[in-house]
Amino acid sequence: MELLVAIGIGTLTAAGVYLLLRERTFSVLLGLTLLSYAVNLFVFATGRLQVGAAPRIQPGVETYADPLAQALVLTAIVISFAMTAFTVVLAIAARHRLDDDRASPSAEQDDA
Amino acid sequence: MNQWIIAPVLLPAVVAGGLMLAGSVVTLRVQRVLGLLATAVLLAIALVLLDQAAGGSQGVYTLGHWRPPFGIALVLDRLSAVMLALTAALALCALVAAVAGGVDAQGRYFHALFQFQLMGLNGAFLTGDLFNLFVFFEVLLIASYCLLLTGSTPARLRAGLHYVVVNLVGSSLFLIAVGLLYAMTGTLNLADLAHKVPLLAAEDRLLVESAALLLLTVFGLKAALFPLLLWLPSAYSAAAAPVAALFAIMTKVGIYSIVRVYVTVFGPAAGEAAPGLGDWVVPAGLITVVWGALGALASRRLGSMAAHLTLMSAGTILSVAALTTGPAVSAALYYLLHSTLATALLFLVCGAVAERRGALGDRLQRAGAAQPVPLGIAFLLSVMLVVGIPPLSGFLGKAMLLQGSAAAPQAVAIWAVLLASSFVALIALARAGMTLFWAVRAAPAPPSRAGEMAAPMLLLAGMLALTVAAEPVKRFMDATAAQLGDVRSYSEAVLNAPGRP
Repeated sequence: MELLVAIGIGTLTAAGVYLLLRERTFSVLLGLTLLSYAVNLFVFATGRLQVGAAPRIQPGVETYADPLAQALVLTAIVISFAMTAFTVVLAIAARHRLDDDRASPSAEQDDA
Repeated sequence: MNQWIIAPVLLPAVVAGGLMLAGSVVTLRVQRVLGLLATAVLLAIALVLLDQAAGGSQGVYTLGHWRPPFGIALVLDRLSAVMLALTAALALCALVAAVAGGVDAQGRYFHALFQFQLMGLNGAFLTGDLFNLFVFFEVLLIASYCLLLTGSTPARLRAGLHYVVVNLVGSSLFLIAVGLLYAMTGTLNLADLAHKVPLLAAEDRLLVESAALLLLTVFGLKAALFPLLLWLPSAYSAAAAPVAALFAIMTKVGIYSIVRVYVTVFGPAAGEAAPGLGDWVVPAGLITVVWGALGALASRRLGSMAAHLTLMSAGTILSVAALTTGPAVSAALYYLLHSTLATALLFLVCGAVAERRGALGDRLQRAGAAQPVPLGIAFLLSVMLVVGIPPLSGFLGKAMLLQGSAAAPQAVAIWAVLLASSFVALIALARAGMTLFWAVRAAPAPPSRAGEMAAPMLLLAGMLALTVAAEPVKRFMDATAAQLGDVRSYSEAVLNAPGRP
């Protein structure tokens, strides 16, 4: 199971990084989303992978799942969800205002 | 338990929530009064906390009365207290400037977002828990995204998109680092980590070391440390002047996090698990300084120049603070106080100059509108402060930096880069000053807007105080650096805090 999860996280990260480096904001957004999925899975796995382990203390139970990793990943999911929503709105606004959905700086922008 | 410690987080949170709910109902005037009042009260609280921390013992606030490391602890020591006071003072000046310039009228929730930003900043400075630091980072970041976009001009939208994406990737790396540390040590409390990292088995060291370097990457991104600095100039120069002035503290959050986490968790006690901070950060900091200086020289707009000078000051602080010796950290902290205020002043002056020049904005082109004399004097003073011309605090800060780094093996490089970069900054700013204030149209300058100079005057007063009280401030910073290096007493204070097991 470890191998499977590791491959899954790796694939998600690779796809996320690839998409992040694309030019259009839509691909960048998808890349960010995939990357955050990968990170959430990773944080979840830091509590060690177990099947059927009890989440809280019960009499007669030997193995427990780590609840803290689950709490952390819950927070991370909420935050990354909110951030993704914000970025989507921002990208749409930029698309309409700038009439351009490229994430790269345009040539006429005199930022120097 | 000292209940005051949580006040700098609670007060902005409550005010921001209230303003958020009431934002569409109450008038702008009410929002302004509330925002200014809350920030002034925050400054008072920060000063009370500074006074408490000056005693030399760490104050620990255990959230929910859970004993660390099981619960989250807020820790107030000298370093946190100084950063809180600096944040509140800077925020008050930035807010005064925003109200005087009408920037807060451009967005309905400006005041609410401003308070959320303060909540995130204060929380990041107070927390003693790595995951909690992540959460406060996100709070301050999302508020900063919205503040940056206030007024949503095309330039701001474009710069904002980059800023958001870069920081979201940074947050992902932060979570990976936090996850790695948790998987290896089973704790995220900084004091507990300081205990556990040195005890790790040899085969786990590599993972912890990679987590440490990932954290360095993330904090380096916030601090705009080379090579993660490209996002800063476009974002800061696109932001409205009061917002850019507030953002002067944002790079300092990264610097604070590097110093705090590295000295506490990956300090000398951590042995092989700790990658040497000096080996990496001193050269990177120096390259940042060079980059900032050259960027300032090449800038065609004053805002961009101010942003590059922000880079320069961040690099300066980091390259000296990364030496982690007592005198170096103490000097870097004094310079941090000074440079935050000085950069903020430069951004405010830049905003005021641009406002008069109409379509020319802050572009460094001749034949713009004439500028009033007080503004010119403020610009001159801000140049003296940023470059470090005697007798103001910029000079004292740079002298302290040179003195503090003199004993280090990298001293030659640090001295050469700091002195040369100051000179380059002087050339760039002098050229900008001549273009903006001397090569102007003959028409008389329009009168100053009411209250326009209030915020710059406040900042100048703060730096004058830093100059006059340099000796006590430096002594306080010496004590701060000593307390920061004393990881054992930090750990004991946090882990022995009262609370439910």
